[in-house]
Formats: sequence, structure tokens, C-alpha cells
Amino acid sequence: MSEAKGHGARPADTAPADTAPADTAADRPPADEQARVEAAAAKTAGRRAKGPLPLPGGLARLVDSRHAGLVAALVLLAVIGLVTKPGNFATSDNLVSILSLAATIGVITVGMTFVIIGGGIDLSVGAVMALASVWATTVATQSYGPGVMALCAVLVGTGAGLVNGLLIAYGRMVPFIATLAMLVAARGLAQRMSDRRTQLVRPENDAIEALSTTRVLGLPLVVFIFAAVAAAGWVLLNRTTFGRRTFAVGGNPEAARLAGIDVRRHTLLLYALSGLCCGIAAIIIMARTTTGSSTHGDLYELDAIAAVIIGGTLLTGGRGTLVGSILGLFVFTLITNLFILNGLDTSDQLIAKGAIIVAAVLLQRRGLEART
Amino acid sequence: METTADGGPLLVMSGIVKEFPGVRALDGVDLAVRAGEVHCLLGQNGAGKSTLIKVLSGAHRPDAGEIRFAGRPVRPAGPTDAMRLGIATIYQELDLVDGLSVADNIFLGHEAARFGFTRRGQMNRAARRLLERLGHGEIPPTAEVGRLPAAGRQVVSMARALSHDARLIVMDEPSAALAHDEVANLFRIIRELTAAGVAVVYISHRLEEIREIGDRVTVLKDGRTVAVGLPADRTPTSQIVTLMTGRTVEYVFPPRPGPREDAPEVLRVEGLTLPGHFHDVSFTVRAGEIVGLAGLVGSGRSEILEAVYGARRPTAGRVLLDGRPVKGASTADAVRLGMGLAPEERKAQALLLEESVARNVSLAGLRRFSSLGWLDRRRELAEVAQQLKALDVRPHDPARKVRTLSGGNQQKVVLARWLLNRRRLLLLDEPTRGVDVGARAELYGLIRRLADEGIAVLLVSSEVPEVLGLADRVLVLREGRVIHQAPGAELDEEAVLNMITEGSAMGTVGTP
Repeated sequence: MSEAKGHGARPADTAPADTAPADTAADRPPADEQARVEAAAAKTAGRRAKGPLPLPGGLARLVDSRHAGLVAALVLLAVIGLVTKPGNFATSDNLVSILSLAATIGVITVGMTFVIIGGGIDLSVGAVMALASVWATTVATQSYGPGVMALCAVLVGTGAGLVNGLLIAYGRMVPFIATLAMLVAARGLAQRMSDRRTQLVRPENDAIEALSTTRVLGLPLVVFIFAAVAAAGWVLLNRTTFGRRTFAVGGNPEAARLAGIDVRRHTLLLYALSGLCCGIAAIIIMARTTTGSSTHGDLYELDAIAAVIIGGTLLTGGRGTLVGSILGLFVFTLITNLFILNGLDTSDQLIAKGAIIVAAVLLQRRGLEART
Repeated sequence: METTADGGPLLVMSGIVKEFPGVRALDGVDLAVRAGEVHCLLGQNGAGKSTLIKVLSGAHRPDAGEIRFAGRPVRPAGPTDAMRLGIATIYQELDLVDGLSVADNIFLGHEAARFGFTRRGQMNRAARRLLERLGHGEIPPTAEVGRLPAAGRQVVSMARALSHDARLIVMDEPSAALAHDEVANLFRIIRELTAAGVAVVYISHRLEEIREIGDRVTVLKDGRTVAVGLPADRTPTSQIVTLMTGRTVEYVFPPRPGPREDAPEVLRVEGLTLPGHFHDVSFTVRAGEIVGLAGLVGSGRSEILEAVYGARRPTAGRVLLDGRPVKGASTADAVRLGMGLAPEERKAQALLLEESVARNVSLAGLRRFSSLGWLDRRRELAEVAQQLKALDVRPHDPARKVRTLSGGNQQKVVLARWLLNRRRLLLLDEPTRGVDVGARAELYGLIRRLADEGIAVLLVSSEVPEVLGLADRVLVLREGRVIHQAPGAELDEEAVLNMITEGSAMGTVGTP
């Protein structure tokens, strides 16, 4: 099963420093003595590991200590916004534009979080979203009305995800390679279908556009779509057997298999879920731009992966939170917004984002060391 | 060199202390090794053998004590440093790079090179000379190491040690991965090395090997040296065992009531075959019965368990549970039908180490707490807590990370996982590996109690006394075949050891 899980393709991930700093040969006794050492350690150590089964409580546990750093970063960015552009930052227009910007990649990030916690990676998300947007805006599809357009986007996304999942789970391909192939092929197919032209959503299908123009409680509907996907994702990850198995499959696929979990079927479902999210994201991008295009979602995969990683999810799988991913996404979106408001170069923006990824991972590692 | 000339020891380690957080792994160990001898290091799991050789090879820094090598005090700062001094270590898990050639592996870290370019021809010639010296000229220096069998890989490891002109070679369980005839070749190589003045520190659990190859024996127990330089060929086994365990009675096994006369047959295995692992294996396990498989590593014992469990697909034969054939080969089916497996490598194959005890226990029984996929976490916690109490897992805390538990308690977590749902058959692969002696008796009692409740148990252990003491019936395996079958109480350790190592005793013990 390890081929299907694809650890081989990401040798860097297996570096012990990333997962458990205490696991280096120097400060850990050999396996032989492990039992005795651990027995003694269990006796002496009075500290109680924080359990993943949280006690009943309110919102406090959503933003628990694991996310304190991200929340602090968000607050800091907001303060910077308020100081540098007091007149523009805190306006409702700007907040709406931040949330709309976050909605598209946000939905994709939800699916990506599942795939990465399950021990995989999905590079094809941006391309699959583009393909879904193109397929949903062809003349033929548009003739059936906005409902079928949305359904088409969701089906195309899920279908592409299923192909990814079949190749990885049953074809035993490394996730990196299978989804890389899908990235290239889906974008090619999108170009062919659209003849490399941007396809407009026709006026009679303006219900699609209405998703971003209609406002409820001052927020466009696409923001509610994102919120609904995020909430459903959180419940799925934290309150269902599917979510629990996702952690098991990503944390130790062999143990999951020997515990009677169908690891291959579960892997297939994870990629299908990611594809479904891409389909929903395609609806949002069609609503926001009123177009379907093969150029939509360029490099979204990197933004989504980066959001998941700075959100504290291990790239090796088995550990992570959806709340962290979404906070990570907002950190990125807020930076983009601040750079645009202040009229700064987008090149500097990219440099800042790169620095943040490195800083976030370094800080998380220190946090892990402090806890163990 | 003067130390070897006047007969003084080549290596003297004295008063070595090494502490890890919370435990003293080495508490004043002494070891003296002469040039040209095979010095055996004995001790139970956790006695400190591995830590000691890691101190010697520079992987660990000792907290106190002195190491003198060839008469001079040394303090190896790392494996490379130790190699330079002439101390080479061949670890249990051979540290070779699969994708590189034999010659590249032998000279890894000290490649023959000029201006950064490796000199392949020169390295290949040198590698061939080393391999020939080890009696394995047939291994081509250009072959990829990943394609060699276990014995070949070990030869490469030894060639690497020789390439450093090692004067002391430490071998950690070198025979564990070898077949019988390959062990003979290993011994031949060791004899040639010692004849050339190289000292060998030999670690093995197999007393019979130590009798054959060893000169002197040092015994460790709980991080201390309890005997130094005993003659390997004359010291009685009982004395060595007493030194290792610190007592004369080894294990306490629960009484064996055996299955009731009318107990139904739970598992029937017929003609199960998986080429390269086992052939034509047939047996039955009744409700309430513990059946043990005794055999060496590589005898097919774990593979049989995995085939029964659906984790491996046999090419012939069938498995019946409660009289119904188990179709297909999937662990999910096996679990649904009422089987449970406690695999050999607890940490790698059974546990989510970073997760809580509760999540580890409930992993295989999530369906039990869910409706339409929705988890009832309150019921999950309650039932897990109840199970932890029933098995007396300590500390009794469902939220604790499994990583922090002792080996015995981790094993109980694995058992609790299966007991959460009623099981018909438990497959236990090395249930007491890495479990300290005190906790073993408790596990034995627990396993027997489960059988008494009507569960059929199939047990695999590399410790023959464990199989004989615990199982109602024992199947003896050698090279993938069942060669003997008898009630556990009627077999003695020596006869079984003879059977599994060579089968020569078959005539004296009798066949079924």
C-alpha cells in the first residue's frame, strides 16, 4: 500500500526532523531499550498529553492553542491594514472583497486538507476547477440553464477526482505523479474544449452571476457557499467515521489496513472529495468572473497546499486541522489585500508569502518540540 | 599493537553510564575484549546491549565511564570517528543503500576519488578483493545491493567493515535474517576474521550459536554487567539463563484447562500455500483453544497468520471460519467475520502513535459507535474506558498519547481494540515482544482469560518457552511446513528448538 500512498515520491517528507524532533538517533534509545525507557518515562512524566477527543466546550476549542500563532498573525495583519490604510481597510467593501477572494481557494483548501491528512497530495485542483468551469460554460451545457451548469461543474470535478483516486489507490501510482498528470491533462482538455477562448456565461443564465451579486446580511452568496463547505468539511473530519479513518489512513496506512479499514477505497474517496470541492470552486469562479476559462485557477494548487501547511497539517499525513487550513488561507488572502491596498508590487507579495511559509513551519516545529 | 602482543585486551570499557530522560539504560557496564576472540554479549531485551554498542560505535555519548582501545583512551564522536579508530558495527537492520552498487556501498563515505570524481575501476577491484577474502567472490561489485538476498547484503556490510581495516567488528544479531546454511558461512567468515587477529563482539539470542562460535561471554542485566568473560563452551545454560533473568523460574504461565470436549471448531485451514513462504499448511483451532505456531524467523509463521487474516493472498488452500469459507482476501472482510490481528511490529503495523489511546482502541470498531457515519463520541469514550479498565491498561487515561505507554500497555491497547467488538478468533503475532518480564505474566493471564471466554486464539512467538507454556496445542514449523504437532504440555523446549533449527530430532521425538 505504500506505493499507493506515495511516500516514495516525497522523500523529503520522511525526514524525521519534520515530524518528531525527538526521534533522532542521538537522543533516543535504541529499539531494544525502548520498552524499558518508555515504561519509566510513563511513570515519571506526570504531564498529560492533550487528547484529540476534546471536552465539551464552545467556540474556544475551535481556536485552540494550536492556532494561536495564526490568529496572532491575522490580528497583526489587520493592525497593519488599519495603520497603513485606515480609510480603505476596514470598509465593508474591502472585507467583502477579501472574503470573496478567499471563497474560491477556500473551498479547494477544504478538499486539499482531507487529501493531505490522508497522506496524499492533489496538484490538479486548479486545472480541474478550470476544466469544470469550461465544461459548464459550453454552449451545449448553457442551453440547459444555470442548474445544469452547476451540476455539470460538480460532476466534472468529482469525475476528475475519481480518476485521480483510481490511479492512486488501485493503479498504485504515486499521488504526486498521478495528480501532476491530471494537472497537465485537465488544462489541455479545458483549452481544447474552449478553443482557448474565454467563455462568457450567457445573460439568460444570470442566476450564476447572482451568486456573487446577491447579498444576504451584507455578504455575497458565494461567501455562504464557502462557509457551508467549510462547516460540512469540519463536521466530516471531526464528527464522522470517515474523518476518523482519514487520520488513520494518513497516519499509519498499514495499521489502518490491519484494523480492517479499506484503505484503497478510502483513498479513492478522498480524491473524489477534493474533486468535488474543485467543482464547487468552479461555480464560485464562474459567479465572480461570469466566465469559464482554461486559464482559471492558475497555481491555485500551490496556494491551497501552502494554506494547509501553514495551518499546521503535516505533509506526511495523519495530523492536521481544517480550522488551521482556513486561518492559513486568510493569512494569505489578507497579505494579498494589503499589498493591493498599498499599491505594492506583486513580486514583493510573492516574496512575503514564501517567507511566511518558511516561518510558519519553523514556528510549528518549535511548538512541537516544546510540547514533547 | 603492544596490547595484542602482550595479550592484554584490545578493548576495555569500564563503568559506562548512559542516561536517557527518565531511565538509566547503562548503569556502570564493563566489557573487555581480546584481539582475535569472539566475545558474546548476552542479555534480555532492554538489558542495555544495543545502547552499549551504540556507545562503542559513537552513536551515543556515554555520561560516565572510560573506553580504552588498543591501550589508548578513546571517545568516538560518531560512526565515522569509530570507523577511523578501527571499530566497525554491523547493525541488525543493515545500513546499506539499496540503490547503490556493492562497491559503492562498501566504500560509502570513503570513496576512492580524485578531484571529486570517483574512481570506479579502482573501487570495483578493491571491492572484489574484499568479497573474495570473505569467500564470496561470486558477488559482482557492480550489482545493485537492493537485489541481493539477506545473506549477500550481510557480506557487503562485512566487506565495508573490512574496508576500514577494522580491528574490532560488532555484530548485532547477525544470524536473525539468515537461513540455516547461511549461518554456517557467517561462522566460517567470523573464524577467518578472528584468525587474522580481528576481535568480534557477537550479540545473539540463540544460545546454541554462542556455544558454537563464541569464546567468552559477558552477560548484561538491567544496564549492569552481571558476569564477565565466562567461557562460552563450558558455562551451563541454566547458569546463563539465571544470570540473564536474575531468577531461576523463567515465566509463570496460567493453567491450561483446554477447550471443552464439545467446543466447536472456529478456524479450519486446509492446504494453505503461498510459494516462498509456506506450503500445504492445515490445522484447526477450536473455541477456547490456544494454538501456538513455533518456528524461526522466516519459517512462514507470520505469513500464515496474515494469510488467514486476508492480508496476504494464498495461491492454494482455503480458510474456513465457523465452517464457512472465507472468500476473497481483504482485512475488512476478516474483521467483519470476527477476526482480530495483533501484528508482529506493534508500532509500525498496529498503532497510531501520535493519537490518543481512545482513538487507537476504537479504530476497528468505529461502526459500533456510528449511525450513518456520525460518531457518537460519548459512547465511544465510555466503551473504551470500560475496556481499558477490563484489561487494566495503565495509566488508565483514554486521552493519553499511545506513544507514551510501555510496550505491555501498548499491546493491551491493541487487544482492547479487538475486544471492543466480540471476536471469534484472535491472531496474536509476537504478543510479548518488547514487553518487560513482569508485564508478560499479566499478558499471558489475559490471553488465557480470553480463550476461557470462548475466543479461539492462534499464537505466534519466536520464544519457544512462551509457545509451549501458553498454547494448548503447538504446531512446529520449519521452512514453511508443519513438521510436528502436539499438545503444548507434551513438548520440551530443547526438542522443539532442535526441530525448528534442523529437524534432526524428528526421529527421537516422533512424528504425528
